[in-house]
Amino acid sequence: MKEIVRVAGGQGFWGDSLDAPRQQVEGGPIDYLMLDYLAEVTMSILQKQKSRDPSLGYARDFVGAVESVMPAILERGVRVVANAGGVNPRACAAAIRAIVPEGSRAAKLRIGVVTGDDLLERLDDLINSGHPLANMETGEALSTIRDRVLSANAYIGSTPIVEALERGANVVITGRSTDTALTMAPLRYAFGWGAEDWDRLAAGIVAGHIIECGAQCSGGNSLCDWRTIPDLANVGYPIAEASPDGSFVITKHKGTGGRVSVPTVTEQLVYEMGDPREYITPDVVADFTTIRLESDGPDRVRVSGIRGRPATDSLKVSIAYAAGFKAVGTLVYSWPEALDKAQAADQILRERIDRLGLKFDQILTEFVGASATHGRLALPVGSDTPDYPEVQLRIGVRGPKRADVERFAREIAPLVLNGPPSVTGFAGGRPKVEDIVAYWPALIDKQVVTTQVEIV
Amino acid sequence: MKIPLLQIAHARSGDKGDTANVGLIALRPEWYPLMERHVTRDAVARHFGGEIDGPVVRFELPNLNALNFLLHGALDGGGTLSLKTDAQGKVFSTALLRMTLDVSDEEARVAGIAADGSKP
Repeated sequence: MKEIVRVAGGQGFWGDSLDAPRQQVEGGPIDYLMLDYLAEVTMSILQKQKSRDPSLGYARDFVGAVESVMPAILERGVRVVANAGGVNPRACAAAIRAIVPEGSRAAKLRIGVVTGDDLLERLDDLINSGHPLANMETGEALSTIRDRVLSANAYIGSTPIVEALERGANVVITGRSTDTALTMAPLRYAFGWGAEDWDRLAAGIVAGHIIECGAQCSGGNSLCDWRTIPDLANVGYPIAEASPDGSFVITKHKGTGGRVSVPTVTEQLVYEMGDPREYITPDVVADFTTIRLESDGPDRVRVSGIRGRPATDSLKVSIAYAAGFKAVGTLVYSWPEALDKAQAADQILRERIDRLGLKFDQILTEFVGASATHGRLALPVGSDTPDYPEVQLRIGVRGPKRADVERFAREIAPLVLNGPPSVTGFAGGRPKVEDIVAYWPALIDKQVVTTQVEIV
Repeated sequence: MKIPLLQIAHARSGDKGDTANVGLIALRPEWYPLMERHVTRDAVARHFGGEIDGPVVRFELPNLNALNFLLHGALDGGGTLSLKTDAQGKVFSTALLRMTLDVSDEEARVAGIAADGSKP
């Protein structure tokens, strides 16, 4: 058994750095490259693509990422684990297979495909057999929006990924596995952790939570001493160097920018955190109040002491559904009295909406440069309004009728000639109307979800 | 004396649906007890009063010298529904850091925070 296994994070979301995967394999020794492509509503975008073309439905950027690291896979034995499969993991595998020409090299590539998370075709059967898939926040049954559902995927854990690795896959492609499983599974496989090894599974999950957002633990988006963090143009993505006992060091390759320190790692630990004692995953419930951090030298933080508890009987289900339309328009007003002019423009727009009889569920106005990020907390105390050089009026609407949102979008440009003075920043054109795809989190009994692993 | 929270803590925020979470971390371990005493759930709820629609919940992580706050109803529906610039709650962190703490001179002395508010 290896003593140290290195899992490198190479992608925090679909749209993250194009270079990070290659820089991770070229910057030093690593054993596994973990790539995360799925945000909450990504699945619905992919379902839409698949419905237009059955050979699509996966994160196409993944193909370029794998191509950029193919020598490391075939010659150095680096293994890639990614949820790039989206709603079509088999098509993703075919696209990867297509970039390796036939020959002896092609034979070295073994792609593990994990399926079974996609519940879209099974939804009516599930609802009719007593699984209401109620919204975890509102309690409403899924049947209330059934005809607007666009995608439904259970979050699956590490077990099928471990199986794929055991069966020799050097690239593992999943659909909707949890982000943390992408890191924990290689460690569970490499060290032979059992399905009830709660403390060590929890440690793997914590390692996954730390590295799943790319450089956000290694100097990116780090508030503590941000000015002194060096060379973010060459920021090093994170690596978890793990030991069989579950302890691990977070670090990054030498010669890269950024910083790995107790503050940067702590900021990532508390990110998107609910109850820290109960970090629930399909494999284990991790207790973040047991984590011990200590500096282990420059750009090295040792993480240990993690405890875990048995997993629950349920899986979280990620469901996306059509929820109306929205559009956001902006205009910039300049000094003098920039905020007053922007506020006057907002009043005009609201009166126009009324006059046109447009109906919306929400109309939201913000003044960027004055109060958009912190609301009333940013407003100056006392009567003097600061003499802003410019203020951006930002006004958005959302509602069920596309026509009303489109009509609103056409009311922004006329203000340039018809509204308050010293207006600019409209060259981007009419705001586009967006379909809202909303997220419906639900739970389902683990017993009804079965995953499959194929090696292709 | 008044101490800006920004002087003794850093933070990062994120989202879970329509809830923003703010992880508040003491810049030095010895400042965590003071932070824990003063940055209560009620104090945070008052601080954000009117800006969020739901309750505030607080969790403690003494192992990390951190507190985690859940601000419910903070994101105009959150995710893709929200019309806010900060639809994903990424700068609720700095909104929380605008808080000022009212600390006795003795507490400040014990925690090693300088009377004039500068960092020791």
